[in-house]
Amino acid sequence: MARDPETTAAIRASLAVGLAVAAYGISFGALSVAAGLDVWQTCVLSLLMFSGGSQFALVGILATGGAAAGGAAIASAALLGTRNALYALRVAPFIGVRWPLRALAAHWTIDETTAVSTAQPTLAGQRAGFWWTGAIIYVGWNLMTLLGALIGDLLGDVSQYGLDAAAAAAFLGLLWPRLRQLQPVVVAIGAAVVAAVLTPALPPGIPVLAAALVAVIVGLTNWLGPKPGKLGPMSDSAAVPR
Amino acid sequence: MTVWQIIILASIAVLAIKLVGYLIPPSLVERPTPARIANLLTVALLAALITVQTLGVGQGIQIDARVPALIVAAGLFALRVPFILVVIAAAAVAALIRLVF
Repeated sequence: MARDPETTAAIRASLAVGLAVAAYGISFGALSVAAGLDVWQTCVLSLLMFSGGSQFALVGILATGGAAAGGAAIASAALLGTRNALYALRVAPFIGVRWPLRALAAHWTIDETTAVSTAQPTLAGQRAGFWWTGAIIYVGWNLMTLLGALIGDLLGDVSQYGLDAAAAAAFLGLLWPRLRQLQPVVVAIGAAVVAAVLTPALPPGIPVLAAALVAVIVGLTNWLGPKPGKLGPMSDSAAVPR
Repeated sequence: MTVWQIIILASIAVLAIKLVGYLIPPSLVERPTPARIANLLTVALLAALITVQTLGVGQGIQIDARVPALIVAAGLFALRVPFILVVIAAAAVAALIRLVF
């Protein structure tokens, strides 16, 4: 089967990004088990939720608050997933209108599929970029989650191995590519201060949700933001993995 | 709520939000303000999660081996070291400090 060069280029980009990203499913699996979930629960989360940031957030809050913090954990995971709806708007035009396909595309609408597909110059390349990246990451992320969970299960006492610090580093890795402008940097610092100040006062999980208000306030007022027109539709292509 | 119920509910919520993007007309949210808030929400939540994960102990704040580990991680991300290696390095730094002190 002959492929046009744009499609070949898109598939190559998918492979590079997909394999790199799938590899860190292993850290999610290990951290999830460290947070107190069992291997099955960890794997179901990767299969059904399939959005790295939301998954890390959910197990991070369950790690400190347990099942009692369930409401805050669900809310944090959902709020972290709101950007996926924006990604969906961007990829929907080249996904087509057939519904079984759209439902699968929705499940695979994440940072990486959006970044790879929207970076392609042709329609065929965009389609190939989306589906190849989605398939590679879906299979890889779930296999690596299982592997990580099994390793985490073997490790036992986690703070001895520094897995709690690994979780913080994982969040930092998701945040890092988004800090290229002044406004997100200020929001990050503000949210960190709010979370630190409120942690002793409120139940686990709630300080994280309260910190989200910083984003809403700065976002509504556009304080320190780029001038209108500068914020192009591709502004969150900062999500392109390293 | 049991952990299983939390997992299922949260997964449904995250998938529903993805589907919403395919159902609503783009003109409704492609405007700058909702898009900006959604992007900043991600930043704020991640920053708050980093803080709680680095300083939190249950319902308190404590400075320990996690702080130098996070500083090392930040330095490595700045040097564009791949995600998985940074995460391993952060774990190693914290583990090493705990071993020595």
